[in-house]
Amino acid sequence: MRLKLVVWRQPGPTAAGRFVTYEANDVTPDMSFLEMLDMVNEDLQNRGEAPIAFDHDCREGICGSCGMMINGVAHGPMKGTATCQLHMRSFRDGDTVHIEPWRARAFPVVKDLVVDRSALDRIIASGGFVSVNTGGAQDANNILISKDQVDQAMDAAACIGCGACVAACPNASASLFTSAKLSHLALLPQGQPERFRRTLSMIDRMEEEGFGACTFHGECQEACPKEISIDNIVRMNRDYVKSTVTKREEKALAGGD
Amino acid sequence: MELKSNIPDGPITEKWDRHRFEMKLVNPANRRRHSVIVVGTGLAGGSAAATLGEQGYNVLCFCYHDSPRRAHSIAAQGGINAAKNYQNDGDSIWRLFYDTVKGGDFRSREANVYRLSQISVNIIDQCVAQGVPFAREYGGLLANRSFGGAQVSRTFYARGQTGQQLLLGAYQALERQIGRGQVKMFPQHEMLDLIVIDGRARGIVTRNLVTGAMEAYTADAVVLATGGYGNVFYLSTNAKKSNATAIWRAYKKGAAFANPCFTQIHPTCIPQSGEHQSKLTLMSESLRNDGRVWVPKQKGDKRAPNEIPEQDRDYYLERRYPSFGNLSPRDIASRAAKTVCDEGRGVGPGGLGVYLDFRDAIQRFGENTIRERYGNLFEMYERITDENPYKVPMRIYPAVHYTMGGLWVDYNLQTTIPGLFAGGEANFSDHGANRLGASALMQGLADGYFVLPYTLGNYIGSTKLEKIDASHPEARKALAEAQARTKRFLEIRGKRTVDSIHRELGKVMWELCGMARNAEGLRRALDLIPKLREEFWTNLNVAGSDAELNQALEKAGRVADFLELGELMVRDALHREESCGGHFREEYQTPDGEAKRDDERFAYVAAWEYAGQEKDPILNKEPLVFENVHLSQRSYK
Repeated sequence: MRLKLVVWRQPGPTAAGRFVTYEANDVTPDMSFLEMLDMVNEDLQNRGEAPIAFDHDCREGICGSCGMMINGVAHGPMKGTATCQLHMRSFRDGDTVHIEPWRARAFPVVKDLVVDRSALDRIIASGGFVSVNTGGAQDANNILISKDQVDQAMDAAACIGCGACVAACPNASASLFTSAKLSHLALLPQGQPERFRRTLSMIDRMEEEGFGACTFHGECQEACPKEISIDNIVRMNRDYVKSTVTKREEKALAGGD
Repeated sequence: MELKSNIPDGPITEKWDRHRFEMKLVNPANRRRHSVIVVGTGLAGGSAAATLGEQGYNVLCFCYHDSPRRAHSIAAQGGINAAKNYQNDGDSIWRLFYDTVKGGDFRSREANVYRLSQISVNIIDQCVAQGVPFAREYGGLLANRSFGGAQVSRTFYARGQTGQQLLLGAYQALERQIGRGQVKMFPQHEMLDLIVIDGRARGIVTRNLVTGAMEAYTADAVVLATGGYGNVFYLSTNAKKSNATAIWRAYKKGAAFANPCFTQIHPTCIPQSGEHQSKLTLMSESLRNDGRVWVPKQKGDKRAPNEIPEQDRDYYLERRYPSFGNLSPRDIASRAAKTVCDEGRGVGPGGLGVYLDFRDAIQRFGENTIRERYGNLFEMYERITDENPYKVPMRIYPAVHYTMGGLWVDYNLQTTIPGLFAGGEANFSDHGANRLGASALMQGLADGYFVLPYTLGNYIGSTKLEKIDASHPEARKALAEAQARTKRFLEIRGKRTVDSIHRELGKVMWELCGMARNAEGLRRALDLIPKLREEFWTNLNVAGSDAELNQALEKAGRVADFLELGELMVRDALHREESCGGHFREEYQTPDGEAKRDDERFAYVAAWEYAGQEKDPILNKEPLVFENVHLSQRSYK
């Protein structure tokens, strides 16, 4: 197959970017999308040009490093599939493919297709955990959790933190990401003691990082390579309402403002 | 070099408890005056950094990813072993210990493995407390499955994403400490050298991968948890960025490198589809719980798999190893696959593949049950191969997966450089010549949550450490060397890309130091690798500058080190004139093609010591003493 690639090139965070067109010849259907880019990069380097920078690592769809807009769709045309697991059999000979980085205020471009997603880490640092130190845990089977419940928690915990939900959202909201972590922990008994405090602080942090608000377009769940459901956002919003009440109660117990 | 294993006295069952009591403690109020550098944020590094932070040390934690959550532990699929005996099937700490020593073909240190087995039960408790969503039975109890090399069901799992869930547990614990300011995180920082002052590890040199800035950081101790070096082979199941630079730099600064030739070739990976292949994808060993491995009985049988009747199929693992069958350990299953392919009975393009067939399991349990157990793995297989494994058997072939070798460490996980510790796959300690499935996650978390936080405290509490900072002459010297080295890659201005040389190295390693090795081939490799190194240093082409994000430059540094490490692996493989575990020397096999150990001559850890550029490394030996496990020919028949 021969493809025409229209790729966003941007030398650095403050430099201006532009689209550059490349030919990709000798593409085979068995190649992954990133292997196709490897081939283009090998060509570019042999011609003395700088290769296209893109983030990637495991190439098994689990580390969450890779991700780009492919013809305007986060991670490309195959549903439930990260860019590294997308194969060239999804394209046809002669296709033109537009490749861009994630676009969001909270994800500044580092170079070409690489963006800075550290805001997602800061959301987790603000409360996305259970506060247990190493060493003091009880026997694991003392906590009984029904299979259905743990399966639901696992569905939410499957998030790979790639940021496709943010890139796909017209508001560049990180609600799917944030709600997936909140749901994972809110659905388990271990997550209960900090449940509402966690909800408040993670949502506050998300807003401080410059992500937009959720208006339920549902684009995030369509783009998610792990097919995480927007039901999690509903759960998050419900908990948010409750947590504003519990916060008031906590303050009252502590003697008011 | 003297190798002091520092194994505590006393019966094996009491060593760790006694040692924990005898080790020095650091007063909680004094811990904040001490700093520790942790490099790597996978299961071992992430859990160590989080726990040291909880204890009150100042932790500086480094990773080359954009987030600590992306370390390659995330990709582990199948599970984590623990001697909980929740299934009441005869498991015990002693049995896990025994299985692991035997699985490692008697080339690991007994005391370390026993401790690992003891700690395994605490790991599960800790992870559940953090909210790791392990699979459960309807009654709410934890579920288990079986893995290779064991006849009990002791593997805990979270679908096919166990590594991800355990790593997210450690990552969240780490982020909690980052939020508290107890751990300072440096993402996008790659370690390029170790700083040794007065014989002690006191810091590292890093390159900021985004800006290119190179800096020296100092601390009271350094932990390397930087993973394995399987990418020497170019094609492996490792992530693309996985590399050996941190441990190789440590080796060149005086840390011994143990058993470099012990490489694990995993039997169930998706076969290579063409020259463009950039990495290989693992299909979890857990699939062998329900999948049956076979090839046609007749050479060159071109019929579609579903048209080959039962009597024309050779379920060779079940035939050769009736008591373990499809769950034979990895080294054995890989070699058996190679044997049938060498006989011309392999399937798929190039005849490099065998079938992993779920037909019988689907008939017995129904498609839904199989989907529930392995759904995500089946989907991944279909995405890559465009074949539906519910309808046609998977095609699989062995691939490089894990390296048992690594930095030599004593019982405290300290290398031969005082103050330098190594955890997880970066050290050599627990798996001998072959690692059993679901034991890497166990070891990474054991080292990080439960061993290093104690032994580091002991080191800090019993060592007088001068205050130093990055302006120390040794730190500046290491920084200047690393800067000069990085510049050199850009100044060669030759014709070849890093990847093209890396691929070539990989082919040499796979063909001559892969699943089967012999003296002649290894000698040939010892001739080829230095030539390739010469080619690299005279004909490399890296575009761009060192003051920006430059992925080709990053790769150049890693491949430069692989080109040296590869040679050490070959040297080690050549000197070890026996077959054991993943190290199969064709000259040393039993009449029925099994590995033939030589305990008289080789029951030791080979710890290689750097002697300087252009000089042969020095071989040091740590004898392995087996007091609790009976040395025997490993049999899974």
